[in-house]
Formats: sequence, C-alpha cells, structure tokens
Amino acid sequence: MTLRRVMIALLAAIVIAAPAAGTVSAQAKEMFVPSTVYRTGPYAPSGTPFANGLWDYLTMLNERDGGINGVRLVVEECETQYDTKQGVECYERLKGKNGGAMVFNPLSTGITYQLIPKAAVDKIVVHSMGYGMTAASDGRWFPWVFTFPTTYWSQASSVIRYIGQQEGGLDKLKGKKIVHIYHNSPYGKEANPTLEELSHKYGFELTLLAVDHPGQEQKATWLQVRRINPAWVYMSGWGVMNQVAVKEAAAINFPMDHFIGNWWSASEADVIPAGDGAKGYKGATFHAPGTNFKVHADIVKFVYDRGKNIGPKDKIGEALYNRGVVNAMYMTEAFRTAMAKYGNKPLTTEQVRWGYEHLNLTEARLDQIGLKGFTHPVKVTCEDHEGSGPVLIQQWDGKKWNVVSDWIQPMREVVRPKLEAAAVEEGKKLGYTMRDCSKEN
Amino acid sequence: MIYREAGQFKSTYASDQALFPIRQDRVVVGLAVAAAVIAVPLVADEYWLQAVLIPFLIYALAALGLNLLTGYAGQVSLGTGGFMAVGGYAAFKLTSAFPGMNVLVAFLLAGLVTALVGLVFGLPSLRIKGFYLAVATLAAQFFLLWLFNKVAWFTDYASSGTITAPPRTVASIMVTGPAATAPVRYLTALAFVALFALVAKNLVRGRVGRSWMAIRDRDIAAEIIGVRPLRTKLLAFAISSFFCGVAGAEYVFLYLGSAETQAFDINVSFLVLFMVIIGGLGSILGSFLGAAFIVMVPIFLTNVPHLLGLAMPVALQKQIELMVFGGLIIAFLIVEPHGLARLWQIAKEKLRLWPFPY
Repeated sequence: MTLRRVMIALLAAIVIAAPAAGTVSAQAKEMFVPSTVYRTGPYAPSGTPFANGLWDYLTMLNERDGGINGVRLVVEECETQYDTKQGVECYERLKGKNGGAMVFNPLSTGITYQLIPKAAVDKIVVHSMGYGMTAASDGRWFPWVFTFPTTYWSQASSVIRYIGQQEGGLDKLKGKKIVHIYHNSPYGKEANPTLEELSHKYGFELTLLAVDHPGQEQKATWLQVRRINPAWVYMSGWGVMNQVAVKEAAAINFPMDHFIGNWWSASEADVIPAGDGAKGYKGATFHAPGTNFKVHADIVKFVYDRGKNIGPKDKIGEALYNRGVVNAMYMTEAFRTAMAKYGNKPLTTEQVRWGYEHLNLTEARLDQIGLKGFTHPVKVTCEDHEGSGPVLIQQWDGKKWNVVSDWIQPMREVVRPKLEAAAVEEGKKLGYTMRDCSKEN
Repeated sequence: MIYREAGQFKSTYASDQALFPIRQDRVVVGLAVAAAVIAVPLVADEYWLQAVLIPFLIYALAALGLNLLTGYAGQVSLGTGGFMAVGGYAAFKLTSAFPGMNVLVAFLLAGLVTALVGLVFGLPSLRIKGFYLAVATLAAQFFLLWLFNKVAWFTDYASSGTITAPPRTVASIMVTGPAATAPVRYLTALAFVALFALVAKNLVRGRVGRSWMAIRDRDIAAEIIGVRPLRTKLLAFAISSFFCGVAGAEYVFLYLGSAETQAFDINVSFLVLFMVIIGGLGSILGSFLGAAFIVMVPIFLTNVPHLLGLAMPVALQKQIELMVFGGLIIAFLIVEPHGLARLWQIAKEKLRLWPFPY
C-alpha cells in the first residue's frame, strides 16, 4: 500500500509541476542555439569540458548583456554519447524547435558527416570548428559548412613544420621516422592524406597506426612504436584513447616532448591520469589555455556566482573548456556580423549563413570582447570557409598547459590544392554544383 | 466478444491455409498496413519519420532476418552487424560502379552479396552449435568490419573511410541522397519490410521453415527423418543474411545517409539479437514488436522529461534513460520469457474467451 501511495503522490507532483515548468519560453526576441553534447560514455572526458565552455559563454552573454544586441540566446543541450545515430536523432528533434535552430556545432566528425548533406537541405549552418570533413572547407561547394579557424589537414602541416623547426629545418626531416597514431574513424583518418603527401615531399618515413574505438586497448600499438623507435609521434585521439596513449607512452619511456597530440588530444583529462609520466607531452591548439582573460572573470561573475552553471568552477580554463568558449565566441560573432547587416533582431538561417561567411574577427575585436591574445584573428570568405588559421604548440608541465611556440602557419600551398580537389570529389558525390563566388554579395 | 471466429467456416483448402485464417485478424492487419501507408506519411512530422519510424522499419527487417536464423533454425548469430555492413557497402559499391542502376535493384543485389557472405560464415555451423557458434559468428562481425576499414577499395578510396549514399531516383522520385524527402524514404523502407515479412511468413510455414524448426528442435532426429543439415542450415544462413543485407543497405541509404564501419559495430549485433529475444524467438510479429521496443522506448524515455516540462541535466537524463530501459528489459523477460509476441498470443486467447473466461 505504501508503494502505491508514493506512486500516486509522485504522479500528482508531476501533474502539478508540469504546467509550471512549461511556461518559460515564448518570448519574441530569441534565437535558438542547440548544443549537441556528450557528458556520458567513453568520450565524456573530452565532451564535458567543451560543453561547459560553450554553455557558460552563451549564458554569460545572456546574463551580462541580455543576449546579442537585445536578442536572447536559447540554449538546449542534447546528449549524443558521440554516437552518430543519437546525433541524428538530436538533430531531427532540435532543428525545428523554439523557432528553428540557427546553427549546429556537432563536436563529432561522425555526426558532422551525417549533417553535411542534411543541413544544406534544411538550410542550417554546420560549424565544425577544427574537425569534420576538411573538403567541406571549400565554400564554393559547401556553402552551409564552416570549418574555421583551421582543419586537420592544415594542422598536420603545421605540426610537421613545427617538427621541422625543432629538428633545425624542414630539410632535416629526411630519413626521420614519424608515427601517426589515429582513432580508427573518419576523424582519425582525416590527417593521413596530408601526412603522406608531406612524407613524400620532405622524405620522412611515415607509419600510420590505427587504434580501434574506443581506444582502451593500445598495448600492441605501443609495442610497434617501440619497435619502430620513431623520432616523433603525432596522435589524433579522442576520449579515453588519449589518456591510455599518454600512459602507454610514459610506460615505454618514450621522450614525451617528442610526442604531439592534435588539438583534440591535449587537454587536462588526457594527461592527469598519467601523472608525472605525462610531463613534457605536447599538443596543438588554436587558442590559449588558462583563465587569464576578461571573459573568464565575467563567466565567474555572471554564470557561477548566479548559479547558472552546469560544470564545476575549478574546471574553468581547461584546454577543452576554452575550446568550448572559443566555439561559442565564433558563433556569436557570426551572429553579430549578420545583425550588422540585417538589423538587431532574430535572424533567419540564411542571414546567419551570411554572417558566418563574412566573419572578420580582428585583433581589435578580440580585445573588445575580453579575449585579447586568446586566439588568432580569423577572416572567412566565400571561397575559404577554413580561414587557414595557424596553430600553437602547448606543453604539459605536470600542472598546467603552457604555450611553447609562436603561431605556426600551415603549409597552405600543399593543403589548399588538395582541399579544392577533394571538395570537387565530395561535392559531386552529393550531386552539388559549384557556386560562383564573384556573384555573391 | 468481438474477437471470436465462431461461424467462420472454411469450405476450401485455400481459405483454410490462408495467412490469417480469422477474419478479425485480416481486418486488423489490413487496417494497420493501410494506416502505415496512407495515414502515417500524412500525419507524422519529419522527426517522427526520420528518427523513429525509419530506423524502426529497418531494424525490424534485420530482426526478421535474424529471427529466421536464430528463432526458426536455432542457430545463434552475433554477426548481424557485420552482415548489415556487407549489405551497406555492397549497395554503395554497386551504385557507384553502375550509376544508372535502379537503387531498389541495388538493395536486392546487395542482399544477394550478403547471402553469399552469410553462406561462407554459416559453414562452421555444421560442426559447432549453440554458444560456440555465437562466438564463431562474432568472428564474422569483427573480420568484416576490419576488412571494410582496412581495404580502401570498399569506400572508393575515400580518405575518411566514409561511404555516402548517392542521390538516386526511381520513376523520377528522389529515393536516396540528401534531397530525398522523409515520407519517400519511409515508404520505401515500409515496402521492403512488408514484402519481406510476407516472404518470411510464407517461408516459415512451408517445407523450408518446417525443416528449420526440425533442425532447431533436435538436429539428429531431423537428420534421421531426412532433413539434410548442410543444406538446411546454410539456407537459413543465406536467407537470414539476405534480409540483414537489405536492411544494411537501407540503413546507409535511407536512414543515415553516410556511414563508416562504426555504424555497424558489435552493438548493432547485440541490439538486433535483443530485439529477437524480447520480441519473441520464432515469431514474425515478434520481430516487429522487439524492434519497436528497442528503437522507440529509449527515444520515448529521452523525451519524457521534456514532455513533463522537467528541466534536468542531459547527462542525468541519459543515465536515467539507460537504467529505466535496462529495468524494462528485465521486467519484460521476467513477466514473459517468450517475448512480447507471446504476450500478444495470450491476449488473443483471453479475448476469444472474453467475457466468460474459464
């Protein structure tokens, strides 16, 4: 009987609570920004800080300025577990909600591949910031997809340039052994063609080692690394794969300062489990780590002090947290660019696309929004949705990440022609035709 | 009272052997099919079609295939995901090699290719039985996915290893590719699953199905009465793989749009096996009920907090969803170990006696 009473009470509580909670939205000046996240599953160590960063920056804008130029941002999260099927379900559920989604930031190359064909039909921008399909960076073929500030191909070329700098010149790479350890998925494979091309050009010996999802088992991989004894190891990992790799590298006493992760393989969650063994591990990034920026002070003041946060306060400033912040910042700056042309009111998805395509984020603007020195300026054009941004190399000192290089330019002369050729191929697969950028306004 | 066949006399062999001998069943099934064909595309929005119904139909087809093998022929298989991958990759290779080919024909040919692969992996079933066979088919799952991941030819040398469904029309209606509308995809999947359900239903009540069941129930006895184990088991593997192959082709072309091997990982094999077990081993209807349960319940649970207006962190929501879903599976299996189809059968029996049960 008691169980029954509890059930009845519960039901009654739900019935009473439901209408009260349902009357929140329905304001006129709003724009809907869905956030596909993964806070559970084997990729949660990577997904959670990013989701927190994105959430906090957008909430901070709502709390501090009342949104963007008076238009509030409605943010809703949807859990994907980094699984493409659940990502598609999220996309279909959220795309028409709250007056229509403005933009999707899938944070998964697999989901991005799903959304690229779909979103163009639904006319929704997909911003795969530094991930996704590199070929889609050619705006003439993929008008609805943006990959700025940079792509896996550019990143790989920047890393090779950095390795060249460390070795005393790109010509010194000849005969050196470089291993690429990658997540055996579209994401991990993305850098391979560029690395192969560069290995021909500079004469280094490239070995590609795949690690299967989810990446908890890497003994065989690192045994091979030990046998090959490479000068440098480059890694494209994600989720638990990263921490396992860092631990394994430490276990075989691989010189950590010759082990470079890509920008998804270099966050706190990846190195802390390896303890002191991770000291010296390097990673690429396109923004600074840490909390020494005005934005972080505002986030603490307007989000955490008001209790609007999801994540814990001590994780602010982690590498992937800042990645979420920079993603949110690109998005809102694109909205602002569109509003400068179309007026300070809720935008249509076509106007948002225009904003993305004409985004010109200058040093001065970064200073204005409290992110001086946080990231590199970006200029997007109709042809170039990548921006070909340079990367930084950061290094783990056992306690925090420190930037140890200047901005390293990608080898655009190598990457861009391959990118354009791939765009033609991928575009044709989908039955697209090339847009004439000289006719765009 | 309503559901009673009293007074329905059979005067011909044909009517006695009809698929649905009871008139009420015929009416209900007819209405259900009509509703699925006419009403659903008119009523359902894109979310329902694309995220709920299309995966349901595709998984139902795969479950149907596995049910023939596991439920009727008694051969446990954990290679469904691998076989679906064969279907998906075969359909992709066929459409890219022959751009003029009707995509529906490509689906069927992909099924044939999968049937051949299934034959090969069915060979161990002649020597190994039960759980050991499940382990042997697990090899198919891992080997096939490894193959598609390793050999770039299967993806037409795409650098990312992803296959994309090309835009194709049938009778000048876009069926696959990004521009194909959700109702068209839905109807295509529905047509396939209806056709194959009919085929399966007729197979299992004919000579072939009876020989499968004979093998399942006691293979030595079946052999003595003249059922050839080699031919029967391999036929079960081939036909089952054919169904799974078509389902895999649909999975890529009608549902996902583009896929990598990850989309067919071991979880897919388990999901389809759970569908068969929860729906009911050795039941055509059970395949549909099981697919509906496994596909729709998690989506329903995801949406419950929204429907109730409860603001809940997504991570918590997901974890609750997993717990409730697991609890439901256990609850159903305790209440009725023979699956949802058996529940329906019991309901039917009760309805016949209603309102005077004895």
